[in-house]
Amino acid sequence: MRRSREPFFWALFSSGGMLAALVLPATALYLWVARPLGWVQAPTDAELVARLAPLLVRLVLFFVIALGLFHWAHRFRYTLYDGLQLSHLYGLIAIVCYGGATLLTVFAAWTLWRFP
Amino acid sequence: MNPAYQPYHPKWHRKRMPIFWWLGKPAYTKFITRELTSLAVGYAVVLLLAEICALARGEAAHARFLRLLAAPPVLAFHLLVCAALLFHSVTWLNLAPKALVLRLGGRRLPDWIVVSGHYLLWLVASGAVVWFLRGGS
Amino acid sequence: MPETTATISLEVLRYRPEEAAEPVWQSYEVPLRRDWMVLDGLNHIKDSLDGSLSYRWACRMGVCGSCGMMVNGKPTLTCATYLAGLGPGPIRVEPLSGFPVIRDLVVDLRDFIDKLKSVKPWLLRGDEKPLADGEYLQTPDELAEYKPYSMCINCMLCYSACPIYALEPEFVGPAAIALAQRYNLDSRDDGAAERLDILSRHDGIWACTFVGECSAVCPKGVDPAAAIQRYKVGATAAWWRSVLMPWGTR
Repeated sequence: MRRSREPFFWALFSSGGMLAALVLPATALYLWVARPLGWVQAPTDAELVARLAPLLVRLVLFFVIALGLFHWAHRFRYTLYDGLQLSHLYGLIAIVCYGGATLLTVFAAWTLWRFP
Repeated sequence: MNPAYQPYHPKWHRKRMPIFWWLGKPAYTKFITRELTSLAVGYAVVLLLAEICALARGEAAHARFLRLLAAPPVLAFHLLVCAALLFHSVTWLNLAPKALVLRLGGRRLPDWIVVSGHYLLWLVASGAVVWFLRGGS
Repeated sequence: MPETTATISLEVLRYRPEEAAEPVWQSYEVPLRRDWMVLDGLNHIKDSLDGSLSYRWACRMGVCGSCGMMVNGKPTLTCATYLAGLGPGPIRVEPLSGFPVIRDLVVDLRDFIDKLKSVKPWLLRGDEKPLADGEYLQTPDELAEYKPYSMCINCMLCYSACPIYALEPEFVGPAAIALAQRYNLDSRDDGAAERLDILSRHDGIWACTFVGECSAVCPKGVDPAAAIQRYKVGATAAWWRSVLMPWGTR
């Protein structure tokens, strides 16, 4: 019996989930709550660009974005199957979720590669 | 008497799952809420990407982006996103020992050690993120 | 002075296909004895009130797994649930959800039995030692690896609690996967690869989204949810190994 391809997507889902769990809350609180409210000194544009210059930083950012997207894709796909009982749209949902994640991942790679 | 009854092929009763089955039990509702945090994760990384794009387009574009971040409805929405991300982290890290069986010298590590180790890792990672965003030196 | 016995109301969902196409509720008053379980209440109904009530039970001490039913919406072993502990009543008793109902409180278990058989819940060995060589030895640590999973009594409360089992017909289910793990983790077993082929097919285990209700209702502390997550990790590692190092032996 042919083995399913699910392990591939599950690996992306679980590593994405772990990475997101570890870094996203601090990132979100700092960038989107503390910074707009002025609780922390916002770095200038030049400082931000300088911080994103090293290849390692952009590589880490790429993984956070890509794995986070595939984490969403896999989990949301199953939420639609089970939560809204849309299993009959199996193919369509898979294409929309993973396809969407792939497109955004490619865009992220291109953006980060060309930065600034 | 049931006129449709056939003695040698009696009809077994199958109950259909209601579409809102997940509202029926608190445990199920908590489960679906947990699963929906994946939307917050997806949104968060896309927002990160959006800021990088704005930075790449220049000062004016980034300034517009920052003004948008400060708008009250956007801020309120992002507070919700932060809450969802925290819920994702807590539920994910609490369930880590179920999937991860670690051994030290042949003995299996008890669950509370695995969970504490993950929370420590979370603290360190968060510290690293803030250190990086602040300029790191 | 006449003795007044406290009673409690048991509302049972009856399904008699020869009488009605849909299930109907029927109410019975049973004595509320301090030491009675829900099963004792059902037995009282059958003995004294309504002999037509159909249900399964056997050991009445929580080891056979026959008497699983929904009590107040929760899958439980009726032989292990005190009547007095369920409040003033009425107590609702329904057949185990997620399975087709044959009659009254009796459900069809064939899907579970088929799935259980498909995971080959027995020791698989490539070679057998001759009897003269003695027993297969196992240390207490090796036993502890799989012991919780061996406590499963096949009561199917976990299937009843699992929403995925009700939604996805191909999902193998908590107990079957836990029992597969019981053998995979047994040091005497060599069949992990064979079971992987069955379980790693689409929806075999991958339909599970870790709701966790299966472990919450298990009366024997088997923790099938943990068994499934561990299996996912192992199956993923095996998949990556087969992709990155296809020349390796399985």
